[in-house]
This record gives sequence, C-alpha cells and structure tokens, in this order.
Amino acid sequence: MAEAVIRVAGLGKSYATAAGLFPALRGVDLTIKTGEYIAIMGPSGSGKSTFMNLLGCLDTPTVGDYFLTGENVAHMEKDALAKLRNRTLGFVFQGFNLLPRMSLQDNVALPLVYAGADKETRRAAARVMLDKVGLGQYAESLPSRISGGQQQRVAIARALVNKPRLILADEPTGNLDSHTSEEIMRLFGELNAEGITIVLVTHEPDIAAHAKRQVRFLDGELVSDQVTDSLPFNGMGIGAVETHPPPGLPLEGGGVPPC
Amino acid sequence: MLKAMFGEAWLAMGANRLRSALTMLGMVIGVAAVVIMLAIGQGAQYAVQQSISTMGSNLFILLSGSFTTAGVRSGSSGAPTLNVSDAEAISELEGIANVAPTHQGTRQLVYGAQNWSAMVVGTTPPYLDARAWTIASGAAFADSDVRSATRVALIGKTVAENLFGDDDPLGKTMRIQQNPFTVVGVLGAKGQSFDGRDQDDTVIIPLSTAQRKVFGTPFLGSVRMIMVQAESGEAMPQTEKSVVALLRQRHRLREGMPNDFFLRNLSAVAESEAETTRTMSILLGAIASISLIVGGIGIMNIMLVSVTERTREIGIRMAIGARQKDILTQFLLEAVVLSFAGCLLGLLIGLGVALGINFFTGMVIVISGSAGLIAFAVAAAVGIFFGWYPARKAAQLDPIEALRYQ
Ligand SMILES: Nc1ncnc2c1ncn2[C@@H]1O[C@H](COP(=O)(O)OP(=O)(O)O)[C@@H](O)[C@H]1O
Ligand SMILES: [Mg+2]
Repeated sequence: MAEAVIRVAGLGKSYATAAGLFPALRGVDLTIKTGEYIAIMGPSGSGKSTFMNLLGCLDTPTVGDYFLTGENVAHMEKDALAKLRNRTLGFVFQGFNLLPRMSLQDNVALPLVYAGADKETRRAAARVMLDKVGLGQYAESLPSRISGGQQQRVAIARALVNKPRLILADEPTGNLDSHTSEEIMRLFGELNAEGITIVLVTHEPDIAAHAKRQVRFLDGELVSDQVTDSLPFNGMGIGAVETHPPPGLPLEGGGVPPC
Repeated sequence: MLKAMFGEAWLAMGANRLRSALTMLGMVIGVAAVVIMLAIGQGAQYAVQQSISTMGSNLFILLSGSFTTAGVRSGSSGAPTLNVSDAEAISELEGIANVAPTHQGTRQLVYGAQNWSAMVVGTTPPYLDARAWTIASGAAFADSDVRSATRVALIGKTVAENLFGDDDPLGKTMRIQQNPFTVVGVLGAKGQSFDGRDQDDTVIIPLSTAQRKVFGTPFLGSVRMIMVQAESGEAMPQTEKSVVALLRQRHRLREGMPNDFFLRNLSAVAESEAETTRTMSILLGAIASISLIVGGIGIMNIMLVSVTERTREIGIRMAIGARQKDILTQFLLEAVVLSFAGCLLGLLIGLGVALGINFFTGMVIVISGSAGLIAFAVAAAVGIFFGWYPARKAAQLDPIEALRYQ
C-alpha cells in the first residue's frame, strides 16, 4: 500500500464574520495516497476552496491535524509553510495567476528564485517545463500574448518546476471552454501517469470523471467518497463502480445529486 | 537571489516610468542640493584657508585718521596722524610679531618699451614676514636700504611677467614715476586674495624711497598705514587693545576724544567672508534635508500605492513559496533602487550646477569623492528608512487575502 501524501483528521476551519464565527469546514477526515488522482466536488460555498487552501498550506486550520508527507503542518511557522508551498506542492488556480510583467519563462522559473537556484539552473528548468506543456516557443512572450488555456498550461509548468510530489488545482478549468478544458485534463492525466499526486476541485462532473476518485463536500462537510475506474484519457462520463461512505460520517449527504 | 530581485525591482520601476520619475524628484533635488552645498562649502573653506595663508595670519592694520576720513582732504589739510616712531613703539609691545609702517598706491611702471600699472608698497622688511611673502629669486632689501632710501624693488610674479616678459628681471632697472629702481628680487606667487585682487601684481620698495620718490609726501616720518601682526590668534584682542591704548597715549588723546586712527582686523574680514559662505551652505543643507525628507515621503507614498496595487502579485508570490523576508527584501530593494536612481540623477545635476557656478561666478568649488559617498549613503538610508514600512506591510499580507484581492 502506497504511503499517504496527505492525511487530514478532524480538520475544521471557521471564519470570523460580522455574524460571528462561520464554520466553512467541519470535521473532515481524508487520506490521499501517493499517485492518487482525486477530484473534489460540491456546490458553490460548500468549502472546497477552504479545504484546498488548507491542503496548499496557504491557510492554517482552526482545529484538526494535517499531515503532509507525514509531517503535521497544522501549526507550522509561516516560513516553514512557505517552504512546503515552494518544494512539496504546486498550486494551480482558476485564474491562472501569472505575473503579467514577466515573460513566461520567468514566470515558470519564479518558484526556483525562492528556492535559491542560480540563474542558469532556473532558465534550464523553466525551458524543460515549458517544453513539457508544449509552449517552449513562447518562452520570451508575456502572458497577455497567449490564450487562457495556454496560460493555464504555463501555470501548471510553474507548479511543476520545483518537482513537487503533489499538484493542487482549484477549479483549473473554471475559466476555460470545454475543448481547452479537455487539453488541460489530458495534461493532468499525463502528470498523474508519471506518478504525481493530483487533487483538483471542480463542480463539472465530466471534468471530475477524469479523476480516479471523487469526494463530495456539502456545507463544509465531506459527504461522499467514491473510487471510479474511469481512465484519465477516455474522457467518458462517470462510471461509478464502488461507492463507500467515508468512515465516521453520517450518510445524510449520500444521495446529493451532482451540481 | 538578490540579483534576480534587483532585476525585478528595476523592471518594476521601468513599468511605470513617469510615476517613478516624479517619485524620484524629491530625491534628485535633495541630493543635488547636498552636492552643491558640499562643493560650495568646501570650496569656501578652501578659498578662505588659501587666502588667509597667503595674506598672512593674525593681521590688523592701523590707518591714519586724516587719510581715511578724508581721502579727499589728504595733502594740504594736515600730516597723516601715524608715524614711523609709532610703529617702533608698537613693535616693543607684548604679543607683537611684526610691525611695518606702509605707504601704498597704484603707480605706472616702465621697463624699456613696456609699461604696466601695479600696486606699489613702500614698507620695511618685517612687512614680508607679516604678509607671508616669500622670495622666489634674488633677495629682500634690508633695514639699511630703508635707512639710506636706496632705489631697489621686489616685484611680484604678475609684474615680472607683464613688464619683463622673457627677460630675467633680476638686476634690471625699471622706472617708477621717472625714478630708476633696480629689481633685487622676485616674490613667490600668492594668487588671488579673498576679495579677488591679484596679490602678485605688487612691487615692494623701501618706505623711505617710496615717500621721497614715488608718493612725494612732504611729511617724512609720517605714514598712512601701519601693518601689525600679532603672535597668535588668541593674542589678537589683547594686542589690539594695547596698541590702541599706546597710540592714544602717544597722540595725547584725552578721555572722551575719538581716536585719530582706524584699526581694521584683516583676518576678521577674511573670516566674515568665510562666515557668509558657511551660512549659505547651511541654508543649502537645510534645503537638502527638507527635500530628502520630502523625497523619502514621496518614495514611501508610492511604495504604499505599489503594495496595494500589487497585492495580488504578492499573494501569487507567497503561494509559490516566497517567504515574508523575500517579499520584504523585494519591496525594500525597489525603494532603494528608486532612491539610488534619484540619487544618481541628483549627483549629476548637483555636479553640473556646481561646475556652472564655478564657471559663471568664479566661486571656488571643491568636488570631493566624499560628496558622492555621502550622497549614496543618504540615498540608501532614505530608501531603507522610508521603504521599510510599505515593505513590511507587503510582507505581512495574508496569502489568501492577497490572492483574493482584485
Ligand atoms: N475569508 C472568508 N471569510 C468569511 N467567510 C468565508 C471566507 N472564505 C470563505 N468563506 C465562506 O466559507 C464558505 C466556503 O467557501 P469556499 O471554501 O470558498 O467554497 P467553495 O470553494 O466550495 O465555493 C462560503 O460560505 C464562504 O462564503
Ligand atoms: Mg471555490
């Protein structure tokens, strides 16, 4: 059995709002093993981004534990979290989030700047990654010169440049048309085939179908967790074979229709 | 990493050129003022030191009353009130280094077909010591020349060049007021005095000869001026007092009667000249510090705007692994780059203005490497001091909040 890249236990996050503490995430338990490809689904406001931000070490939980590659990061120092974001995981956003004034190559190389790599190493690694996502010929262009789908591929190249074990993507295809979305999902499929663990958020079932496992959130709680045998490349609909409720969770959300 | 960040800071500045330029303006003016201030201040210092050292130090002159009060009525209305024996009596006083009765005026000099007009000073040998004259070639005249009124002359460098050209003036005879004088020595060069006069345009001859042959005064033994040198600067006030007391006693002036002579402290005149320029450079210093503060606040202001505008960028950087200190360094570096660019521009403008002042007014300026160092130290200090708060604000942003910022 493969080792767990991510293990969260009793994870909760509450936001302070004008109306008091708002629990955006409640008692989430989840284990993700190396090489898994998992989609997080759920309606808007169900806590998916809150969960992803915790997994991405961008935020810290109010309660619970989060073990990333065996280390509990729930109460780590800011600098230690920055290092994890830099080395251990790569984050892909819905809005691409490239720096507009920098060439694609410099954008891709940026995580290496914070890793302390020298200029030559940065340049070479950024080239390799841009080639990998098929955009090597645009290395010197600015992000504004390429399409959204291409920008997202550059963002993926940036997430990959420090050779992370894990890619976290929060609605990576949310701003893209269906054809471009398919291309991005094919790229994720390839990366997963290379052994990189992928966690992605989506509310589109046909995007989620690319993953090998789907979990569903509702009102801040994890309500279902199913493993499918659909292959990342076939792009067919949902082929749920095995459904098992997450241990220790009430089954109230089991029959929620896909949103 | 710092190098990469420096490049980014440079890019960030270039991304908004007009704004960067306007932001730098305060720095530019401030540093230019610092440079000009130092150039003029040090120049003044240098010029005053130079002129004091060539003029001679701790000097005062006594002017005969009937001469000064009446430039017009000299001659018939009476003899000058000072005389050679006054000078001798003064030299007996405590704290006096040199005393030289002097009579001077501008006269025409003739040598062969050349003529030239110069300041002719009739005096006694102590004058040379008091005024710190050196002898470049030949020899000074002696007390015996004064006693026997010989027609010998010491000439300054300007006189030598203009009257004798390529000839060696030593031993040559020139005429002052038709009287032949033998040149026995050439004085060492001094350059300009603090009031801009060419001190080398001078001829020095024995006092007695001057009075008989050149100035033609009917009152032999009387002098219009006595130059007095005190032994030290500290001794000056006491020396002045005792000289005044001595002269009042010798001239039989009763209590309540005004002095029949004037005393003027030459060193003090030079000092006050220095004071004027010093005041000016203090004023410039004030302008400089105000512009530097205003410039610094301008940088702080624009950095705060920049941090707000780039909140999302900061979030992205943090998301991909920038630590707080990386963000802090980046924004601090941008402030320092802005500040340095302003400084460099200010340095160039300051140098240009200082050279211009020197060119158009002839004011002495001194451009030293220390001015550049001071300017750059100031720029770094301003950049770091005023860049710190915005940079810290950037570094303490919450990554999630920053990423959500539109
Ligand atoms: N910073 C915040 N402060 C207060 N409430 C928040 C904050 N972020 C998210 N929320 C709330 O938490 C809930 C979950 O949000 P989110 O995780 O973004 O949902 P999703 O990504 O599934 O749409 C929502 O109701 C949202 O309004
Ligand atoms: Mg979301």
